[in-house]
Amino acid sequence: MANYSWPPMEKRRVIGKRISRLDGPEKAAGKAKYNSDVRPDGQLHGAILHSPHAHCRIKSIDTSAAKAISGVTSVRVVAGPGSEIQWANAEIAMVAARTEEIARDAVRAIKVEYEVLPHLVREDRLDRTGNRAKPSGEVVTGDPDAALKQSDVVHEGDYGIPVITHCCLEPHGSTVQWNGDKVEFWPSTQAISNVGGDLAKGIELAAGNVHSHMDYVGGGFGSKFQADVWGVQAARMSKESGGKPVKLFLERGPELTIAGVRPSVYAKVKIGASKDGTLTVWDSLSWMTGGYTGGGLNGDLFPYVYRNVPNRRINHTAVSTNSGGSRAWRAPNHPQVSYVTCAAMEDLAAKIGMDPLDMFMKNADFTVRPAVYRAQLTKAAEMIEWKKNWHPRGDKTGGAIKRGLGLAVGTWGGAGHPSECRSTIFADGTVELSLGSQDIGTGTRTIITQVAAETFGLPMSAIKLSIGDSTLPVSGASGGSTTVGGVSSSSRIAAINALGKLLEAVAPAMGVAADELEAVDGKIQQKGKPSNSMTWKQACSKLGVGKIQETGRNDPRNPQGLNTLGVGGVQMADVSVDIETGVVKINKVVAVQDCGLVINPKTAESQVFGGAIMGICAAIMEERVMDEMTGRCLNQDMEFYKLAGIGDIGEILVHMDITPDNDKRGVIGLGEPATIPTIACIANACANAIGVRVPTLPLTPRNVLNALAGRRMA
Amino acid sequence: MKAFEYANPTSLKDALGLLGSSWSDANVLAGGTDQISLMKDGIHAPKRVVNIKNIKELGGIKKAGSNLRIGATVTLDELAGNAMVRGEFPSLVAAARGVGSPQIMNMGTVGGDLCQRPRCWYFRNGFGLLAMKDGKSLVENGQNEFHAIFGGGPAKFVSASSLGPAFIALGAKVEIAGASGKRSVDAASFFKSPASNDDREIDLKPNEIVTGVLVPMAKTNDATYEVRVKEGLDWPYATASVSLKMKGSTVESARVVLGHVGPTPVVAEQAGSMLAGKSIDESTAAQAGEAAASGAQPLSGNAYKVQLVKTAVKRALLEAAKRA
Repeated sequence: MANYSWPPMEKRRVIGKRISRLDGPEKAAGKAKYNSDVRPDGQLHGAILHSPHAHCRIKSIDTSAAKAISGVTSVRVVAGPGSEIQWANAEIAMVAARTEEIARDAVRAIKVEYEVLPHLVREDRLDRTGNRAKPSGEVVTGDPDAALKQSDVVHEGDYGIPVITHCCLEPHGSTVQWNGDKVEFWPSTQAISNVGGDLAKGIELAAGNVHSHMDYVGGGFGSKFQADVWGVQAARMSKESGGKPVKLFLERGPELTIAGVRPSVYAKVKIGASKDGTLTVWDSLSWMTGGYTGGGLNGDLFPYVYRNVPNRRINHTAVSTNSGGSRAWRAPNHPQVSYVTCAAMEDLAAKIGMDPLDMFMKNADFTVRPAVYRAQLTKAAEMIEWKKNWHPRGDKTGGAIKRGLGLAVGTWGGAGHPSECRSTIFADGTVELSLGSQDIGTGTRTIITQVAAETFGLPMSAIKLSIGDSTLPVSGASGGSTTVGGVSSSSRIAAINALGKLLEAVAPAMGVAADELEAVDGKIQQKGKPSNSMTWKQACSKLGVGKIQETGRNDPRNPQGLNTLGVGGVQMADVSVDIETGVVKINKVVAVQDCGLVINPKTAESQVFGGAIMGICAAIMEERVMDEMTGRCLNQDMEFYKLAGIGDIGEILVHMDITPDNDKRGVIGLGEPATIPTIACIANACANAIGVRVPTLPLTPRNVLNALAGRRMA
Repeated sequence: MKAFEYANPTSLKDALGLLGSSWSDANVLAGGTDQISLMKDGIHAPKRVVNIKNIKELGGIKKAGSNLRIGATVTLDELAGNAMVRGEFPSLVAAARGVGSPQIMNMGTVGGDLCQRPRCWYFRNGFGLLAMKDGKSLVENGQNEFHAIFGGGPAKFVSASSLGPAFIALGAKVEIAGASGKRSVDAASFFKSPASNDDREIDLKPNEIVTGVLVPMAKTNDATYEVRVKEGLDWPYATASVSLKMKGSTVESARVVLGHVGPTPVVAEQAGSMLAGKSIDESTAAQAGEAAASGAQPLSGNAYKVQLVKTAVKRALLEAAKRA
């Protein structure tokens, strides 16, 4: 069997280089066409009637006036009489029409009678959630009660991190054309190979009849794997409209409320340690909501990373609320659990009078990667000049601006997903790689091309790459940080298989066995005797009028050493807090991240920048504001649902842990781990600056000033 | 958005003739940064939209007697970049820059800043200006972290105007034209706290247009301080605009006006009067801040804004004093 292993670090010519992403210029110039930009001939516009109530029953619905409007081609009721609606903005009916204005007019013309039912939309106070709270049972390790009694120091604290939304700049939706027995599907998705199958199921059509295409997606973050009711109904409306394509993308309000959110986590924590800072016990009562179904949290994640603490008690409760459901959000559960854990540890360290860096270091043996965390803590501390800049809790210098440092940790899996790649070498020297993957903005195009260029000994410009189409070999969804491992492995294997065939084809002409040949610098040459060579083009011409086509597959059960899973990560933040306004400014975030073999340090760092920026947004600005009075989300816009701008993110320094030891492990996904510790390290830096814990995020003027004044949240 | 008739007059007279007797007849369009979103959200549904950007006399910044006249269609960017404004009225420059978005500053106008509707999330979500439901105030019983801590009336939203507090502090007058002629009102009385959902937050009738603002070119030192979280587009949490008439290093008279804390800009009389005869330092500025906040009546979730008022007033005064 061929040797697929990665070339040794010192021999790599393209892999491991800081290559700018291939689609950067197209995106920056606005030439990249997202599926929300696609306008097939004759395209109609869809619009949705959303529920104004958080909980109601549909008594009657009358669409006759809407149907009578000229230009309306289809009106479909999604929630008919008798249907119970469980959250505001839930879909009731959909319309397709010649123009967007007509579609909206028609939506307004639909008459619905609602029976309004009682709702619960807020979960921040567990005592007000009544029978909507469902505890998931206690998990106990060791003897937490005894440990709490015997510990030298016990800290008790409340922590909260609200529901936030994915806030994709390109909203969820698709354009669909159902003509005869064929469906053309242009979704905004993270799963181009599989999303068509989901649509086919929804419209009861043979899955092979759906053709999905997508070149670019404007953000998904874990929320764009399905065809969704919007895709299904757009397809049905297309069919009802004589097979014309229907475009149906969510408006901003629904995008922020019904297209997925990240669950909240609130917790009451008791954490104990001996005088020297060695952790002895973790005891938490936590609750969350992920919408009407409650939402799940693996309580076993507590205490995060340091989970081998000898005594633990975990009680977790899911609260069903009348709000849009949760979807995976970049590292599901981890940022919240990292916040609760690292904040409690930092508070405990403050109570002992210990530097939290020492506490995190001292307890590293309770993690599954003690050496990794120790090294990363050391590196991050050096980058942020911890020993010079850290002070005990509460900046004692004068003036309104208080500065503080904080730290936090993360962990993730990131093994490669199943992926199949087809590699073709043509007689004219052209090389093509094809796989049904998608570049969700992470640089997937770039790294696949790097792998192929490295393997064929060609410049990246010689590789033609096709992704983003369901007719290509099946590649996994981009979720769970699985893409880079999957596609780099399948494309490596496919390229080696194809190259092997080419070497066999030219071996006779070169007078040596195929395994004596190698592809380097645009040539096929004899190993150890480069004078016996021919150019890549000459070599390919030996194929006559034929071509070589080979596939490569990443099988997660046997990734052949090309990819693996399991990373740590440490981040530290330096913030300034204005204690007279409660405004928190980020001075610096440093991130130290291992991720095995790094194919492209530049796009890898870019992933970490993006992760840190999302964490900064969540730490200081983001929260979905639900209103018990109206049952509605009040900030379903980009005005009061705040995200950090470029002036708000401070300086971000990234250190990728590129070492021979990490490299040997193979490729590991990075998208999710990079965002996990950011929130917690900023929250800890704020506590360090102002001397008190702001228990509930985000770190807004209200929450910061309330904490400083000792006011409890209403 | 409801279909509407679009009018593009080039004279004030024509424009006034195109307005109606009720707000649903016609709306004025200048920069459109608020008007268009009001129409898209179905909050406003005028039969006619009257563009006033092509009316020359509504533009320009020039001296008019002892005043500087700022035309209603002057953009925020033009205002902040104007040499006379920069030289005389740094409080206006800071307020305009505080908008934070070059796009909004390029489109948004001075008249539009004064006439924009509140950003209250109940109002914008269609629950009405006073946001009442079953006889209860949604604001008082719901989510009110960005709402009023002053006012006392049924209106609990905050005036969104960035320039209003500075104009009031500077003693400016708002010029208004209507079918029956021209009038001008003190900037302070231009803003109103409405008593019903159908009232407006400003002293303007449906058939009137704000044509400009007259700012007295008095020898004062002024400043605006905004508490904002984001560097880019964001609404202030609280602001203070101050204007000091100095005699040497002593305050002869002072005007302190608060923004984003009440349904109108709030003139902090006590803060202004207590400064007379004093010099501005950390201590007197902080005392003025305390005085400005003394009448505050915070709601369930916005007690923190009391602190913001104190800080904004103190910092605006210290900034203005630096210019003395």
